[in-house]
Amino acid sequence: RKNREKKDGEEEEVEDGETAADRRKKYKKRRLKDAGIDVAQYEETCKSRKNQAKDGGDLKKSKKRKKRKGKKRKGSSNRTTPNSLICSDSESEEELTEEELAKLKEALEEKKKLIATLRNKSWKMKKKLEVLKDAQDFVEKFEGALGKGKNKQFYAFKVMMSKKWIKFQRDFDNFKTACIPWERKIKEIESHFGSSVASYFIFLRWMYGINIILFGLTFGLIMVPEALMAKPYGSIPRKTVPRAEEAGAMNFATLWDFSGFAQYSVLFYGYYNNQRTIGWLKFRLPLSYFLVGVGAIGYSFMVVIRTMAKNAHDDGGGDDNSFNFSWKMFTSWDYLIGNPETADNKFASITTSFKEAIVEEQESRRDENIHLTRFLRVLANFFALCTLAGSGYLIYFVVRRSQKFALEGLENYGWWERNEVNMVMSLLGMFCPTLFDVISALENYHPRIALRWQLGRIFALFLGNLYTFIIALMDEINLKLEEEMIVKQNMTIWLANLYNGTVPENVTGPPLDVDPADVPRGPCWETMVGQEFVRLTVSDTVTTYITILIGDFLKAVFVRFFNYCWCWDLEYGFPSYSEFDISGNVLGLIFNQGMIWMGAFYAPCLPAINVIRLHTSMYLQCWAVMCCNVPHARVFKASRSNNFYMAMLLFILFLSTLPVVYTVVSIPPSFDCGPFSGKTRMFEVIGETLEHDFPSLFRKFFNLASNPGVILPFILLMVLSIYYLNATSKGYKAMNLELKKKLQSQAEENKRKNKERALKARENQQISMEPQANPKGEKG
Amino acid sequence: MGNKQTIFTDEQLDAYQDCSFFTRKEILRLHERYHELAPHIVPMDYTRNPDVKVPKQLIINMPELMENPFKERIVHSFSEDEEGSLSFNDFVDMFSALSETAPRELKAVYAFKVYDFNTDNFICKSDLEQTLNKLTKEDLTEEEITLVCEKVIEEADMDADGKLGFADFENMISKAPDFLR
Repeated sequence: RKNREKKDGEEEEVEDGETAADRRKKYKKRRLKDAGIDVAQYEETCKSRKNQAKDGGDLKKSKKRKKRKGKKRKGSSNRTTPNSLICSDSESEEELTEEELAKLKEALEEKKKLIATLRNKSWKMKKKLEVLKDAQDFVEKFEGALGKGKNKQFYAFKVMMSKKWIKFQRDFDNFKTACIPWERKIKEIESHFGSSVASYFIFLRWMYGINIILFGLTFGLIMVPEALMAKPYGSIPRKTVPRAEEAGAMNFATLWDFSGFAQYSVLFYGYYNNQRTIGWLKFRLPLSYFLVGVGAIGYSFMVVIRTMAKNAHDDGGGDDNSFNFSWKMFTSWDYLIGNPETADNKFASITTSFKEAIVEEQESRRDENIHLTRFLRVLANFFALCTLAGSGYLIYFVVRRSQKFALEGLENYGWWERNEVNMVMSLLGMFCPTLFDVISALENYHPRIALRWQLGRIFALFLGNLYTFIIALMDEINLKLEEEMIVKQNMTIWLANLYNGTVPENVTGPPLDVDPADVPRGPCWETMVGQEFVRLTVSDTVTTYITILIGDFLKAVFVRFFNYCWCWDLEYGFPSYSEFDISGNVLGLIFNQGMIWMGAFYAPCLPAINVIRLHTSMYLQCWAVMCCNVPHARVFKASRSNNFYMAMLLFILFLSTLPVVYTVVSIPPSFDCGPFSGKTRMFEVIGETLEHDFPSLFRKFFNLASNPGVILPFILLMVLSIYYLNATSKGYKAMNLELKKKLQSQAEENKRKNKERALKARENQQISMEPQANPKGEKG
Repeated sequence: MGNKQTIFTDEQLDAYQDCSFFTRKEILRLHERYHELAPHIVPMDYTRNPDVKVPKQLIINMPELMENPFKERIVHSFSEDEEGSLSFNDFVDMFSALSETAPRELKAVYAFKVYDFNTDNFICKSDLEQTLNKLTKEDLTEEEITLVCEKVIEEADMDADGKLGFADFENMISKAPDFLR
């Protein structure tokens, strides 16, 4: 089969060569008329060309060699007759000398490079197309000439494969861009609101991609195998709704609260069995569960860090103030804007920025104002801190209260008391950002800097809230652990009663003759944690949507229609339409993601819920932003690399992995639920697998490697290398700065020199007024 | 995928993909847009490379360019003739250079052409004044405009000839933190 392919390849090549020659004939005829111009053009296009043209000329003079190379050169310079082109085709390549071969190879490489980088050339499309065609013909024709002797067939095959590979890559690229969702929606928003609002949606789309991967991991490696291969529902106690809850297990309220049947399903940790392998595939579910948890976090770290590195790479880099006015002049327009209203706002904001800059330039420092702004900024920060402290205390208070309620039994209380914590957190997340917005009006920063402050503050707020929540959860986990001890004792008593006073040895599970619903259970803190996170995510989603509907949509409807019969102008007066709140939305997204990372280990369904959330919120927010928001009064451009968001995401990722790692490493898993039940720690599943499924040599090696005597030096080495790398990077940075300074001083020196020279020249040639010399730059 | 189109041959599409930053689908969509601009002039069959040009007036009314203060300059700097009419080749070229994926260097070349109002290959004071007027809708006073122009030249002019050559411009723009379109 391979042989046939090779042959095909060769045939193809020959055919290509012929057609290329034919084409070249026609092409040449057409072009011969203005060959002079063409040659000139070509000399400009690439150096190799020039050389070839010269060589071709030389060859023509001598006319001794009629080798392929010579022919090709003439071909490219369009000076030979078509006859010579064809007849030389029949000659063999063996006449080629080494040196010529090397040259040919070089020329080929250059052509290939030209083809690859053609799109970066600032030529007219017509010229680009011509050059491309020429280069392609050239490559097609002479690529085959390079192979020699025995390797010829292999070479032809290689060439063909590389062609196919390029084609495949292109198709794949086409496919990839076709797969990127919501491109049109985002472009539309870009044109209406400028790049800053669109950056939020691009971020949202990026998060959606990550969540799809996380969802794929948990769904494909945990939930589906469990649902298909493990013991079905109702077979063992952990997979059955207990008798006491059975009556209301299917009620909507219970399901909405993620208890009842939802709690005893693949959605939560507690449902999974600690059986080592399941099904005919011998799928190691506990191991897979653990590895997916670790892998999801590792993958997220990798993606975030990689994106950050990439962003840092294509950052422009200059943030010194030396080109203040020039940048304002040439880069302040947002080329994405296509909406007249936004454009008007943009014009206004550019004018103000210019005026500000002029004023600043004229009276470089305004002393009395700087004191006022400083005072106001300090005041604003004080207010922000007060708000933060207040919200922290409120959450602490509410969590305490809810613990009291929980101790007295939730049944005696209404809906509000049960959902108080979630509601308070959501409400705080809703109103505090608005408060910060008001506060930041005091500060009078440039909107981009103001956005950062705003983001930082909301970040602190959310973080405080989240961590109070986690601490409360930890308290609850400890309570559950105590409860578990009592249940364990009761369990032995219950078992003893079952067997009429004789406690049997080696009882691992409950006896078979009891209905699994009647077996007493432990509290299973893992499921509780997962449930909390799922509830929080859902309630957060619902509040966000309700805020959008009420805060944006109803307000817009009210403003729009009551404007006809109101005492003042609603559209331009007090309520007016709302602007899109970039900072709040971005942070909402980031924190939501943090909750997913935290809860996904105990509730495998969380990524799925998040995917649904992101998907719907993309549509809802796109719609809301287009239908009821107005462009920002001070439109500003988002910088392309939003590494600021990424840094926050990384921080949150780190913070949300901490509690998960802590619980996995230091809290014993529940004794009667989840894939790790019966072990003292969750990570023991790794050791167990090593023991059972790997050869003893490997195990020995692993034991050796996990010895503290090995690990400690290793950690030390890592710390040292980090220190070393850090030091060198600092050195590089300093060097960079030095070089920059040098460059600048040199530029200034040059400037001065040039000025002097120009002055002298002017003095010398004051009488003879010469016209401006035209530069030799681009033509056309 | 969409193999049924008869506007271009496959070779043409490949060539366009080699010469621009677009995918096959995007090129087809570009043609669609181009066709919509002037349905009576632009044919649906491009396999023979017809020599068709759409006048400037139609192009600057595209929603993408409509609000842009430099729309006329953009069209002019991609056009091959004096009137600023664009052939399909130029049209693809323009959007390729304006697209997100185009590299800084390429954008700088075309940005220079755009801001060079009198096409003398230098950005001189009059060019700067026009740029500024377009950016601010002529909201600044005479003195302010002169001041800003002087500052710009002072900042960016490395060879002290009182105007910005391409080297000056590139040096300045390559350091800009948000030079994106």
